[in-house]
Amino acid sequence: MSDVLEVRDLCLRFRGYSGMSEVLHGISLNVRAGERVALVGESGSGKSVTARIVLGLLQELPSAQVEGGLFFEGEDLNRLSRRQWQALRGTSISMIFQDPTSSLNPVFTIGTQFAEVLRRRDPKLSREAADERAGTLLQSVSIHDHARVLGAYPFQLSGGMNQRVVIAMALANHPSLLIADEPGTALDVTVQAQTLKLMHELVERSGTAVLFISHNLGVVREFADRVFVIYRGRIVEQGPTPAIFEDPGHAYTRALMAAVPRITGGGLPELNDSESAFLDPMVVHEGGKA
Amino acid sequence: MKRTIIILLRNPLSLLGAVLVAAVVLSAVLADYIAPFPGHRGAVVDFVHFNQGPTARNVMGTDLVGRDLFSRILYAFRISLILGVVVLAIAPPIGTLVGLFAGYLGGRAEFVLMRLTDVFLSIPPLVLAIAMMGVLEPTLMNAMLAVTAMWWPWYARLVYNIARSEREEGYVLAAEVIGASTLHITLREILPNCLPAIITKMTLDMGFVIIIASSLSFLGLGVQPPTPDLGSMVAEGARYLPDSWWLTVFPGLAILIAVFGFNLIGDALREILGADQ
Amino acid sequence: MSAVLRLLSRRLGISLIVLVGVSMLIFGIARVIPGDPARIALGPNATEEQVANLREALHLNDPVVVQYGYFVADLLQGDLGVSLYTNRPVTLDIAQFLPATLELVLFAGVLMVGIGLPLGMWSARYRGRWPDHLIRVVSLLGVSAPSFVWAVILMLLFAFFLPIFPIAGRITDSFEITRVTGFLLVDTLLAGNGAAFADALWHIFLPAFALAVSGIGQAARLTRANMVETYDRPYVEMAQAYGFSARRIAAKYAFKPSLIPSLTIIGLDFAAMLGNAFLVEAVFAWPGLSRYGVAVILRKDLNAIIGTVLIISATFLIVNLIVDLLIAFLNPRIRHSERGAS
Repeated sequence: MSDVLEVRDLCLRFRGYSGMSEVLHGISLNVRAGERVALVGESGSGKSVTARIVLGLLQELPSAQVEGGLFFEGEDLNRLSRRQWQALRGTSISMIFQDPTSSLNPVFTIGTQFAEVLRRRDPKLSREAADERAGTLLQSVSIHDHARVLGAYPFQLSGGMNQRVVIAMALANHPSLLIADEPGTALDVTVQAQTLKLMHELVERSGTAVLFISHNLGVVREFADRVFVIYRGRIVEQGPTPAIFEDPGHAYTRALMAAVPRITGGGLPELNDSESAFLDPMVVHEGGKA
Repeated sequence: MKRTIIILLRNPLSLLGAVLVAAVVLSAVLADYIAPFPGHRGAVVDFVHFNQGPTARNVMGTDLVGRDLFSRILYAFRISLILGVVVLAIAPPIGTLVGLFAGYLGGRAEFVLMRLTDVFLSIPPLVLAIAMMGVLEPTLMNAMLAVTAMWWPWYARLVYNIARSEREEGYVLAAEVIGASTLHITLREILPNCLPAIITKMTLDMGFVIIIASSLSFLGLGVQPPTPDLGSMVAEGARYLPDSWWLTVFPGLAILIAVFGFNLIGDALREILGADQ
Repeated sequence: MSAVLRLLSRRLGISLIVLVGVSMLIFGIARVIPGDPARIALGPNATEEQVANLREALHLNDPVVVQYGYFVADLLQGDLGVSLYTNRPVTLDIAQFLPATLELVLFAGVLMVGIGLPLGMWSARYRGRWPDHLIRVVSLLGVSAPSFVWAVILMLLFAFFLPIFPIAGRITDSFEITRVTGFLLVDTLLAGNGAAFADALWHIFLPAFALAVSGIGQAARLTRANMVETYDRPYVEMAQAYGFSARRIAAKYAFKPSLIPSLTIIGLDFAAMLGNAFLVEAVFAWPGLSRYGVAVILRKDLNAIIGTVLIISATFLIVNLIVDLLIAFLNPRIRHSERGAS
């Protein structure tokens, strides 16, 4: 199977008042076509910045310095112009953010925002045609009163409803890669579980590859085919989900797993950072990328 | 505090602001020593050198009765700064008290005080001051009074908004539970939380007070001749445009430089204090 | 839409209360004027008897509260009394001078919004880079001088040094325009006189721009500050992640949510121009309310002072009311709220 996304030896540094600080120390990962890959770590480990680098967003910050190979469907992203990279966003690569309600614009209706998203693929799409397409897409995320939803503002809908809208938008243009950054963490647990299940079904049906970013191993276990564990800007363990869960090789992964039962609420429990074993070399399970 | 000053001095723009303000304040304070013609602050006539453009003797030219403009501008800074300091020493405390009590007490006190504030805020600032100066004799003292009268409501509004949200905070409720007096709660508990906003506004307002005061004297409703004032200097010179351009341009630029300096500092301060919250 | 109506009626009610308060305040200020207004009006040559008669006619011998009662009764009939300065009804005087001032202020308001908002938008889009630094310094300079200084500088540069614009007046005298609205830009169009319209536009531009400079700076600063905050919101990041162009994000996704909090202050700044118009009118000899206002104040002309301030305050309140409605229209949270809360 070919790689949809390949990240090779990615480094990220920020220029600050006190000189440069390195956030990613050369991480490598890959997502194959139609595969669901999880990037797991606590907040500040570098997982969210990785997603933003793949989209080419972080590179636009003057203070960020990014190095390393980025390949999307075999194409070297670093050789693309800004405009070409921008053309991929919202069409071939799309993204779902943590809090659905705040990731929708508060002063435009869902219908307006949906039409804008659809026009990324089809710039000449009329509003009527866009509403019709959006209606069908909303049906697929089990929203049946789509006319009302399209005419509503985000603050008039529940968080779960907005989450479905966001998922429908993310898949609207048939992307080959979906990046999901802690989707639904802001929602309550049952709604989160429902929407994850929904997302699971949809990507399976459409064959969309997913890079799933999470701190929640419980969710990852259900959702992902393969797992990369990231700790302080380094990948510390990688492999197929069953292998990692059956035999976690790295001390940090074991600590994360020990914490799982307490995670349901969303926050990650305190891990003892001083544990030196967390800095052990990477553990690679069979089936993972060599 | 020390950190704030270091950040201020590191940014080139706020450093420029500090330099400008220091220059204005120093020339106001040391006008007697810096001014080439200290006597020209008053009613002096020198018909040998009247209405001349900039020369080596008078770097900014002379006015219609031959007084050195540069010297007069230095003394005019003094008037502007005194006015600004006095207004900002009186208006913010009044407004703060009104806002604190309206915001904390609520109910009828809130209604009466805030409607009163609204009344003052509903007259365009300069118009209120103009109307008051029409009633009062145009002196420095009365100009301060008029500007203060139009200034306090802005602080009342600012503090009211903060006090109203703080009213529901845990520490206020806790103080109420242990039976602290209204005076204690407003002054000791709520007031400290309003201070950063008040101080930032005061820095930014220094420039605006100078603008309003010079506007009053520009209309002939403020400080009267022969006391040097930037606004009345521009007004006097405006009749002799474009030939005697220095009569308006230099006092005008003097206002711009002083206010710009205060605004640069106020802006930087707002960013720093705002970011700290 | 009923939420907006409720909001409108509530604001209207508050505005009325405030207007009554303003009338009391101004009336109170005007009544503490030192000196006898009747004596001032009649001049030093009038007899004691004439003065006494005028005092009686003006109700000056009654208590202040009674005087205020007479004043309100007259006001409700649209009568602001007679100006002691022009010997004409104050309403007539104001009707003559107000349109010129309003035209100037409205035109300046258009410049303020039309230039200030895009500048702020640009600044925010390029935040931290050189266009941003440039716009920030320029807009700070704009708010750092009173409008009469800008008026003088602009006049020197663009009327004398480069004689592009006229130095005074509203229109070239040779044009004879029938007065309909008092707004020359409107009246010339009503008369179908394109040349006169262009001439009026040419006359109004420089004074209006001088009046607008600090408003432009203020609007740009405010828009920038609110937009920079908006740029940190997740929905802007989402728009970026979906590949919308930086220009589109600036002009639509980040701009509209930022506009709502900016508008209230922009409304206040616009209203402040009613006061600053006094300064600009003086420099450009603009035949508006300013000269009249300053003249009646210097002559302690009570009725005229009260009338002028009252009219300006009413205009100010109307502007704020319109801004509130505009905000309600732009902000779906208000438009669609059940209770019509602000």
